[in-house]
Formats: sequence, C-alpha cells, structure tokens
Amino acid sequence: MDATASASPSETEGGRPTPPSAPRAPVEDSPVRRLGEQFFNAVAEVGDLAVFSALTLMWLIRRRPRKATLVPNFYLIGVKSMPVVAVTGMFIGMVLAVQTHGQFKLMGMETRLGSVINISLVKELGPVLAATMLAGRVGSAMAAELGTMRVTEQIDALDVLGAHPIAYLSGPRLLACVLLIPLLTLMADFMGIIGGAVVSIQMLGVDSYHYWAHSRDYVGGLDIAAGVVKSYFFGGAIALIGCHRGFNCSAGAEGVGKAATEAFVVSFVAILFLDFCLGLLWNKVELAIWPDSGTLI
Amino acid sequence: MSTAPRPPLGSAASAVPDSPASPAPEPRAIVELDRIGMEFRHHQVLRDVTIRVPKRQTLCVIGESGCGKTVLLKLMIGLLRPTRGSVRFDGHDLNRLDSFELNQVRLRFGFLFQMAALFDSLSIYDNVAFGLREHALFDEARIRRIVHDRLREVGLPPGIEAKKPAELSGGQRKRVGLARALALDPEVMLYDEPTTGLDPIMSDVINELILQTQRTKHTTGIVVTHDMKTVRKVADRVVMLYPLPRLRPDEPQILYDGPPDGLEDHPDPRVRQFVRGEAGERLSELTQGRG
Repeated sequence: MDATASASPSETEGGRPTPPSAPRAPVEDSPVRRLGEQFFNAVAEVGDLAVFSALTLMWLIRRRPRKATLVPNFYLIGVKSMPVVAVTGMFIGMVLAVQTHGQFKLMGMETRLGSVINISLVKELGPVLAATMLAGRVGSAMAAELGTMRVTEQIDALDVLGAHPIAYLSGPRLLACVLLIPLLTLMADFMGIIGGAVVSIQMLGVDSYHYWAHSRDYVGGLDIAAGVVKSYFFGGAIALIGCHRGFNCSAGAEGVGKAATEAFVVSFVAILFLDFCLGLLWNKVELAIWPDSGTLI
Repeated sequence: MSTAPRPPLGSAASAVPDSPASPAPEPRAIVELDRIGMEFRHHQVLRDVTIRVPKRQTLCVIGESGCGKTVLLKLMIGLLRPTRGSVRFDGHDLNRLDSFELNQVRLRFGFLFQMAALFDSLSIYDNVAFGLREHALFDEARIRRIVHDRLREVGLPPGIEAKKPAELSGGQRKRVGLARALALDPEVMLYDEPTTGLDPIMSDVINELILQTQRTKHTTGIVVTHDMKTVRKVADRVVMLYPLPRLRPDEPQILYDGPPDGLEDHPDPRVRQFVRGEAGERLSELTQGRG
C-alpha cells in the first residue's frame, strides 16, 4: 500500500485539510426552481409510463402469456371483483332513482325515469364507477404486490432467471384487465338497471310499463357500446398505471404504500381524463355517422 | 481451501505492493469489470473499479455498508448498467448485448439474493423449477428430478416442496434460494450477503454449501459479505471496497486485493479496522455528521 492509499481520509496533505470529495457549486433553491423540477419530473414520469406501456404491449405480442400466469390474474381481477362491482352498480341505480324522482315528478315526467337512469348508467356511471372500484381494488393491489416484489428483489430474481419481468408480470395483468373490465362494466350496468327499476317501480310507485317502454326507446345498443368501449381503455389504464407504479416503487414499507396510493390516484385521474376525451370522440363519431342522432341528456 | 498468494488482478494492484509479483501467466478471467463507475442521481457509488475474476476462483468482496458491493454484483450480471466502464463475461461486453443475448448470458449465472428473493406466490417446488420451465430446457419428469436433487443437496427434505416461502425459516429460505440458483448448473455463482440474518450454525451451513458448490460443481464464486468467518472459510481472494464519501478524489476505491491471510496485518489501518470489526473513530465521526 503506498503512502497516499494508506492515508486515512481525515489525515492532512501538506499540512492542509483535504476535503473528502470535490465541493459542488451551491445550487439556489427557489420556488421557481422547485416548480420547474416538479414539472420536469412529471413529464419524465409520463414518458416513462409511455415506454413501459409500449414494452408491455411489445412483450404481449412477442410472447403470449402462459396459462399458469393468466388464470390467477383472471381470477383475481375478474371473479374476485364481481361482488364489489355488482353491489356498487346496484346502489348507483338505486341512488339515481331516489335523487331524480322528485325533480321528474314536479314536471310530471316520472315515467321517463327509466330512460334517464339507464342511459346515465350505461354511458357514464356504470363504466366510470366500475373502473373506479377496480382502480381501488385491483390497481392498488397490483402496485402493492409488484412494489413488494421490487423491494424484496423478486423482480431482479425474475431477470436473473431469464424471465423478462414486464412480460411475466405486466403482460398477464394488462390482458386480464382489458378483457374482463368490459364484462364487469356490463354487470355493473345490469345491476344498476335492476336497482333503479326496483326502487322506481316498487318503492316510488312509477308505472312499470311506461318505465320500461321509455327505457327501451331512449337506450340503444350504441349507448351500451359507448360505455363498453370506454371500459377497455379504463382497464388498460388501470393495469399499466398499477404495474408501472409497482415496478418503480421506492424502498421500504413506505415506498410500497406510496406506490399503492399513487396507483389509485393516477388511475382515477386517468379514468376521468379518458372518459372526457372518449366521450367527446364518441359524440363526434356518432354525429358524423348519424347527423340527426340526438341524446336525451 | 487453497489460500496461496495469487498475483493481484484488480486495478488496485498498486495499492497492494506487498503482494509478490508472479511470473506465472494470468489465468483467463470469466468476469471482468474494467474501470467501472456507477452513479445514482448524481450520487456516485463506484469509481474506476477494475476487477478480473478468473474461472473457478472464489472472490469475496468486503466493505462497509453503502460502499457499492451489491451494486458491483448487480453490474456483473447486467441487472444494472455502469455509468462508465465495461463489464465483460467470458469476453462478451454486457453493455453491447441485446435482451435475448443478455438472457443467454444470465443462464450461466446463479444468484443467491440477500433475502433469498423467493417468489411468494409460488410453492418451493415451483420456485426451484422456475428457471428450468422458463427456458423450456427439459420435460417435467426431468425438472422434477433436478428439483429433488437440488433440494437434497442443500439439505431440505422432499416434504418442503409443497410449502410456500412464507412458511419457511430464514435458513431454509436461503437454502431454497441456493437450490433455485443451482438448478440451471451455473458457471458463476453470485452470493449477496449469504449469511446475513442467520444464526452462527446456519451461517456455517451456508458457508459449507458455498464450499460444496465450489468443489462439486467447479463454479466461480463471487461472494459479497460483511462476515469475516465467511471470508476466511470460502475465499481464495478478497477485494475490499471503501465508501467514496470517505475517500479523497485521488484514492483508489479498492483498498485491498489479495489473499484472505493478508488482511489481518495489512498496513492500511482502514483494512485492519474492518477486518477486526473495530469502530475506532467512527462513532464520533458519525455523531459529527461526517459518516
């Protein structure tokens, strides 16, 4: 060992103290700088999510997920979500009936309750609330599970064993969400329609013939399709955001908790943003194909 | 275990002038780190580190927490990419490989993670069989035989196969991790703090298994550890890293590169302090915020 190497870092060189490393220039910490940093980080995060999404899609095409990885995800995302989505859907229909009945009765239009409840359900509330429930139940769980795998080095272990983590973990979850959330949305719609009808007809005394007749007149297949098409995008967003947060989880229990919370919050904002964009797009397409078509609300 | 002095192989050769120069030709390296630098968000962890690991050598990397030992291990297998320098395995620069080629290289490595990193959702059998199934190397009957053999080699009974990792003790988890790493018959075994968190008896069991792996499978071993008992028992060669914040800019990060029996009497007090586990002035440094 030479003299330099053997000298302790606290020792001096030529009688003068030697700093342990080269000093960095002081950086001014101003609100503008912090704002700029946050904006830069947000843009970088969106870019990272886009790359992650592209890689997940690429791996789904390159390597079809195995049955052994698909089935548990289908079960957890689809089957286990059915009760909560069914209950949510039913209560949405029931609450809509209670809240709108008074206003419609004042105008003598309570028989039109069915059309308002059902079109609200199939076009907006069913898909959005089913997706929100799933973002809370499935998206957060994905982020927490994958985050735990990240901090316990299980994702590194997948890499070491030659299984690409994005292909193995993210691909099956994306597929399960995209394929099953539309079905769950249809179930939420159905339960909401039943809930709304039960409250309107049995509790509020609306005539059942006219209730269903107006529902049939104002709610068409395209309205149901509008909600279902949206739910594919919601499903994709929930899976990709949940997995991305999990993969980028910071260390420790706090990191896992933060990833789960962020997954829900970001998914919820994404659902509302997508709902707005897809709603606008759907209306434009509908008007372009059927210029005379109009909507009840 | 041979502890005969070997010629220095790392860049810190100048830091170990007491190692005798040998006329013997340098054995071919299977893992080579060449002037590696690694930074995480402007935080430098490794600086200009060069290490060459010849085939069948067991190298122990020691050093204080945060000096970059685990980062070094992850660079060797391509889990991290260096900010500077190159990592070569059997002559292949890992930075230049595509994901398929990197996967092929990784097949030649086994990695025992610090906390074993067993997949929670899979049974012990499925954990050990994972790599074999992923690469579709054998039929299920052959996989079953390999899994049984590996679990037996690490001293685990067949009844453990159906259990989940959460049902096992720390020592059992480490042994399952070792069985999983050995399932693909790796040429190089990487051990990340293999005895951390284990009782002294189980620590020695793991050390014995490392030796057994080296003897029976003729693997190259790279062991990152704080445990000097492990170093004395399994190492052919020791590299000691030092945390960069405690070094001057002109000092090499490798304080020691040589045989394990040269550690105790090394002229550098920092090496002796670590080997003997003496706090020295560290507590006062830490309380003054200089740690």
